[in-house]
Amino acid sequence: MAAIAGTPHQPGSPSEIAEALGTTGYLCDEALATVTFLALQMQRPLLLEGAPGTGKTSLAEAIAGAWDVPLIRLQCYEGIDATQALYDWDFPRQILHLRTLEALGGETDVEETEKSLYDERFLLARPVLRALRESPAVLLIDEVDRADDEFEAFLLEVLSTYQVTIPELGTVAAAQPPMVVLTSNRTRELHDALKRRCLYHWIDHPGLEREVAIVRSRVPEVSETLARQVVHAVQQLRDRDDLLKPPGVAETLDWVRALERLGRTELDLETAAATLGAIVKYREDTDRVKHALDRLMAG
Amino acid sequence: MGANDMSGGSDVAVWAQTATLPHPIDEVLLGFAEALRSAGVAVTMDRSQAWLQAAALVDVSDRQAVYWAGRATLCSCPDDLVRYEQVFGAWFEAKEGLPRPTTRQSRAELVAAPLPDDESDATGAGDDDPEAVHALASATEVLRHRDIAGLTGAQRAVLASMFATLDPALPTRRVHRRTPSRRGHVDAGRTLRQTLRRMGEPGPIAHRRRGIRPRRVVLLVDVSGSMSKYADALVRLAHRYVVGAPGLPGTSVEVFTTGTRLTRITRALRHRDPERALIAAGETVPDWAGGTRLGESLKAFSDRWGQRGMARGAVVVIFSDGWERGDPTLLREQMARLRRMAHRVVWVNPHRGKPGYEPVQSGVVAALPFVDDFLAGHSLATFAELTEVIARA
Repeated sequence: MAAIAGTPHQPGSPSEIAEALGTTGYLCDEALATVTFLALQMQRPLLLEGAPGTGKTSLAEAIAGAWDVPLIRLQCYEGIDATQALYDWDFPRQILHLRTLEALGGETDVEETEKSLYDERFLLARPVLRALRESPAVLLIDEVDRADDEFEAFLLEVLSTYQVTIPELGTVAAAQPPMVVLTSNRTRELHDALKRRCLYHWIDHPGLEREVAIVRSRVPEVSETLARQVVHAVQQLRDRDDLLKPPGVAETLDWVRALERLGRTELDLETAAATLGAIVKYREDTDRVKHALDRLMAG
Repeated sequence: MGANDMSGGSDVAVWAQTATLPHPIDEVLLGFAEALRSAGVAVTMDRSQAWLQAAALVDVSDRQAVYWAGRATLCSCPDDLVRYEQVFGAWFEAKEGLPRPTTRQSRAELVAAPLPDDESDATGAGDDDPEAVHALASATEVLRHRDIAGLTGAQRAVLASMFATLDPALPTRRVHRRTPSRRGHVDAGRTLRQTLRRMGEPGPIAHRRRGIRPRRVVLLVDVSGSMSKYADALVRLAHRYVVGAPGLPGTSVEVFTTGTRLTRITRALRHRDPERALIAAGETVPDWAGGTRLGESLKAFSDRWGQRGMARGAVVVIFSDGWERGDPTLLREQMARLRRMAHRVVWVNPHRGKPGYEPVQSGVVAALPFVDDFLAGHSLATFAELTEVIARA
């Protein structure tokens, strides 16, 4: 029934999804659970947008973890093309193979030789092909907005049929479509055709309680007090509108881990100032946050 | 976002009522998709089908679940989300009327403009009268150099048609992707593939080199009160860039207006017809001829778009007179930030080309250290210079 079948958890409702994801330490709200549920049921790719560090990529990791299927990641970048996303032939090895056949001599059947050249073992499977073959799997297509727009057309083809044709070998179709998660940072607008294939969800920063829960579940060794103090401080920073890059949940986790390594059980001004590098990544922001720290600590 | 205020005891009751409407549920759901479409969200057939499918999968009596199912299937960008929320509330709760798309206002002052070199202009003078042709040509030439702020309505109309003569070429950049070429690095993959095709017989070596693509151009047009006489012409210029630039529409040119707030008008300017595009842009921008808060607008641009990637490696052109009402320190900071992200920052000031102009306005003083090119922009001729600067950037 679901895209990821044959696994112990058969998601029957959004709340089951939330529960299953919770076991991996990924806490999602009702909206995200519903959308993930629909994506699994309707066998549609899930397009996630949102500020950096809100857990777009981790959702794919959590889905893979919860259903214990491989996560296959395709990081997009400018200039990526089908040979890096789909498959490529191992040309040097093919040539070597050919030369070996020549050296061995003997009667050579052209057709046989050709067949042996385009053999499975010379095929370099790239993420998309791997996902189709290894399905059930989770295919994460990360930062799709970084790829050129021609690449989207290619993705569209794969995502609508879940099969790929290799001229020399034949068609590879997924026994069951992999769960596909696309993430985008909106550096450019994606084409409507691709968006139409997908379910769309915008991930927001979590509220105070949820973020504390996330910290507690991802970094269980940290004390409740410290988690609460850190999240409180980060949320206040997020509310300021003068930061160049407001910290995301990923930064909160980094900061908590940093403080935990230093053996702190409570947030104090001195350590906070020393570990600011975990949440603030611009010099201008560092100055602003340092000035505001006093007030933050009090609040 | 809407998650918290969507739950609540009374809401559930209302929802249960709605769910037992006399209409078949599919009709209600499709009607909602239709309502959403008329509110301006691009709902296509396949989207409404996905919506029906999704609604069938979740518990229809659960308002929340239906809300999220619809949001995931019918929306495609953050702009849609607000409208979705409004229409959802109106459709399923009948609290207030459905939000309607703003009606298109016709422009009273819109006049048909004959091309300046139109035959009909030369009425009265014989076809073989060289004087008349000469006079006409120089009139056009004069108009090219005239300050736009001082033009009459008729002259503006003629000038509007002359915008078509501008050639908005985009600058180019080297890209990471390599494409086949006759020279450059050895393309091992292609060479070997060709070798294989010949059953291992070595042949000519294939090469490849890095390709060229248009560089993104971002136009920020100040439409505040002090710039109002130039705003129309500047938006026309922006329109030429949006429709006239080669390449995929919308991927390489972005236009924003700045005033008291930042508005993205790229979509509105995609109409091929300049008049329709201008009307569409006019409807999009809420703050024509308002105040200037350039620093804040730049910050909004960098926060929402620029830092994510739109300004990175782009040519950013700011059209403004630099009359900054706010504190110029914010403008200075934001210009510095923009300078670090963008490939080139061009400032176009309509007053610069005028005699006696000194860059003493607080905004200009704050911004100048971070500007690569400081250009005049008060006439068509200066716009033509600007297009050259942009093309070379």
